[in-house]
Amino acid sequence: MSMVDKPTPAPNLPAPRSARNARRSNFELYSWLFMRISGIVLVFLVLGHLVIMNILDGGVQRINFAFVAGRWSSPFWQIWDLLMLWLAMLHGGNGLRTVINDYAERPGTRFWLRTLLYVAVIFIVALGTLVIFTFDPNIA
Amino acid sequence: MWSWVLQRITGVAVFFFLFVHVLDTALVRVSPNNYDLVIASYKTPIVNLMEVGLVGAVLYHALNGIRVILIDFWSKGPRFQKAMLWVIGIVWLVLMVPGAFFMLKHTFETLFGSTS
Repeated sequence: MSMVDKPTPAPNLPAPRSARNARRSNFELYSWLFMRISGIVLVFLVLGHLVIMNILDGGVQRINFAFVAGRWSSPFWQIWDLLMLWLAMLHGGNGLRTVINDYAERPGTRFWLRTLLYVAVIFIVALGTLVIFTFDPNIA
Repeated sequence: MWSWVLQRITGVAVFFFLFVHVLDTALVRVSPNNYDLVIASYKTPIVNLMEVGLVGAVLYHALNGIRVILIDFWSKGPRFQKAMLWVIGIVWLVLMVPGAFFMLKHTFETLFGSTS
């Protein structure tokens, strides 16, 4: 009974704290949030794009250079396509990063697959952006 | 669990299409002829059928993505997750049947002759 009343304190124990590394980053939290926010925006951008390009007014059969030139003469569709390109590539790139992390188990495989993915994403985003901004309807 | 597997498969498939699609669209920067030549392959019956598959994959990914957001952020989301899977299945069918009809209309007409 006296032992319960008067516990002997252990000497030199550090104060209790949460099991958390002070330098842990919140990157995975932000990428999780980004997938949901970009996903909602992409529902409108991508489904709108698919309905216009594949279903309305003859669908894919009417698409040619002149059709693209007509659309990109309007800043509205340029901004639409630019936003769609960036959000879709980052959303898809982050999705593939998750898939690689889940299934590629050897550290070397993970490293090279992720490097290949990042190079591909940067290349496609840069190429697509360049094409939208430097499009010339009177190209030879 | 299968809705999650399908979300991954459709996501990866759409990513690879997007990669190719930015490359083919970049041909507008090369010449109108080059672009029109490659886009002509999109208008052939087999690729046209693959486009229906692409739209179906994107539509499932979008609808199930909205369902995942509702499960994460809506207080009643987890309770209705199964019911919502049925709802997106029905919405998918309701949108895909007329969508596939209009997408394949031209292909049917070239293969089997115009009905009008």
